[in-house]
Amino acid sequence: MAEFILMKGNEAIAISAIRNGCDGYFGYPITPQSEVMETLMVERPWETTGMVVLQAESETSSINMLYGGASCGKKVLTSSSSPGLSLMCEGLSYLAGAELPCVVVNVVRGGPGLGTIQPGQGDYFQACKGGGHGDYKMVVLAPNSAQEMYDFVDLGFDLAFKYLTPVMILADGVVGQMMEKVELRPVKPRWSDEEIKKNFKWATTGKTPDREQNVLTSLALDAAVHERLNHKLQSKYKQMETEDVRFESYMCEDADHIIVAYGCMARICENTVELARNEGIKLGLLRPITLYPFPTIEIQRMVPQLKSIMSVELSAGQMVEDVRLAVNGKIPVNFFGRLGGIVPSPHEVYEAFKKEINK
Amino acid sequence: MELKDIIKPENKVYSKSPVLTNKVMHYCPGCSHGTVHKLIAEVIEEMGIQEKTIGISPVGCSVFAYNYIDIDWQQAAHGRAPALATATKRLCPDKYVFTYQGDGDLASIGTAEIIHACNRGENIVVIFINNAIYGMTGGQMAPTTLMGMKTSTSPYGRTEELHGKPLKITELIAQLEGTCYVTRQSVQSAAASRKTKRAIRKAFENSALNKGTSFVEVVSACNSGWKLTPVKSNEWMVENMFPSYPIGDLKDR
Ligand SMILES: Cc1ncc(C[n+]2csc(CCOP(=O)(O)OP(=O)(O)O)c2C)c(N)n1
Ligand code: SF4
Ligand SMILES: [Mg+2]
Repeated sequence: MAEFILMKGNEAIAISAIRNGCDGYFGYPITPQSEVMETLMVERPWETTGMVVLQAESETSSINMLYGGASCGKKVLTSSSSPGLSLMCEGLSYLAGAELPCVVVNVVRGGPGLGTIQPGQGDYFQACKGGGHGDYKMVVLAPNSAQEMYDFVDLGFDLAFKYLTPVMILADGVVGQMMEKVELRPVKPRWSDEEIKKNFKWATTGKTPDREQNVLTSLALDAAVHERLNHKLQSKYKQMETEDVRFESYMCEDADHIIVAYGCMARICENTVELARNEGIKLGLLRPITLYPFPTIEIQRMVPQLKSIMSVELSAGQMVEDVRLAVNGKIPVNFFGRLGGIVPSPHEVYEAFKKEINK
Repeated sequence: MELKDIIKPENKVYSKSPVLTNKVMHYCPGCSHGTVHKLIAEVIEEMGIQEKTIGISPVGCSVFAYNYIDIDWQQAAHGRAPALATATKRLCPDKYVFTYQGDGDLASIGTAEIIHACNRGENIVVIFINNAIYGMTGGQMAPTTLMGMKTSTSPYGRTEELHGKPLKITELIAQLEGTCYVTRQSVQSAAASRKTKRAIRKAFENSALNKGTSFVEVVSACNSGWKLTPVKSNEWMVENMFPSYPIGDLKDR
């Protein structure tokens, strides 16, 4: 029988990591996600699964600890919030360049700078357009519930090891802090050293006489070699765009208009759709689950049936740029956002939507 | 006597460690990096731990250390090697894990990482190449650059008003509870190299005993950065570096 527990989104990350065979967590406290490490320290998984948990001296160190752990073929995780992610961007670029898998959780707060500890979605650009230097992308998963916080840890590791790349879970303060019923999925044990040696031939497991040395580096001074490395990365991103786009549609089949929203705003906009439907307006909701790769093709598929699209975000308008790229000028693309940690109500979104379509 | 009469197994006095690869080193002739690489390779060979050793290379001239020592390597971002080593050792406690870092890498951009790894007493080995300059980027001032020393970013010599005094990071590291062995060595002569090799060996042995962090500074020559010949560099080092960075153990417990 399925087991359900009431927990915060942040706690779900911690419990899921332990139950999904995560080998190591490295992090630095920051609101609104400190419960992740706090929960791990209370649970003491090193006594049960053998999972390592360490409070690092900074986010710079956390992400580089992930580089070390990932190099050994281990499932390694960190979590932070916006300012911490800025410090991690250097490391993320190196991890992407060295083709190393890991899962990084960003429970986004309002920025820029120290900003606010209230929820935000202003890190979309940083997450989806690189953040660190160079031509790299990460898979970016956007959970909208405590259950998805739980499930995306496992999904994140699957994708990280499928593509040998960092995967980001881009949550927000609401999803991290809200308490919900979470189903505990079956436990996955940690990989044994033998499994790691067999499955990840690239890992630094110790050079044995039967193989060449393994070197995990992002450095390639020869221009031709470096261009090849970049092409290899780009071909992985193409593959992500064809194989791993995830989204959810709500009342979109007959829709004249759709809202595009992710994370906590998608939860709120479900109610906006109902408000519109009650007044006979055919509004639907498209919720990107992967922000990168973005559901561009799904939006393009829907454009002929639509009169308008509105992107709703806790930002000054970031995801809306990807919606516009997909729509390519064929229909109006509107935007509604709140800043500073203010989360709009379904009614507020509905009023904004009506104002746009009645212009 | 002909050459073939001399080249016989019984006449052999030296052979290159098989843990060193056959690649031609990119280091400038006279550079200390190559000598220290050789010593590390010999220690790994003599201890029989090639299959169990993981090196973390820095950003600096020795970024390519992995080309020369035939073990598994992780190449870290500038200054971050101790963070990689921390996770590697904690996740793979049966491994010998060492970082190899220059003075810019360890004592400037990576100060937080090295202090905290040493303070936690990670069971790792740190090899610290102090040549008092940024070799790789063309000879800029390092935190360890001597007073009055001319570099491309201190062209009139290092002054206290502008740059502060040289950072004695090894003395600082020796204060930390987490370190078990902190020593300063050099490789300008065969005798000095032999001592350094013994220090490196002891450091690796410590890490199997879970005694804490072992830290081996090697006062080194960067003849290109110092703009001196290899021979003059060694003389200059003994004369000028050793008074500020005296050779010997700072801690051994
Ligand atoms: C974040 C970052 N900043 C700056 C650099 C440029 N850089 C490369 S090596 C180096 C200094 C290396 O000096 P040191 O650690 O003393 O090593 P050496 O070359 O002297 O052995 C610098 C500043 C870099 N690669 N990354
Ligand atoms: S620049 Fe200096 S540290 Fe770099 S290889 Fe040459 S001598 Fe060695
Ligand atoms: Mg140097």
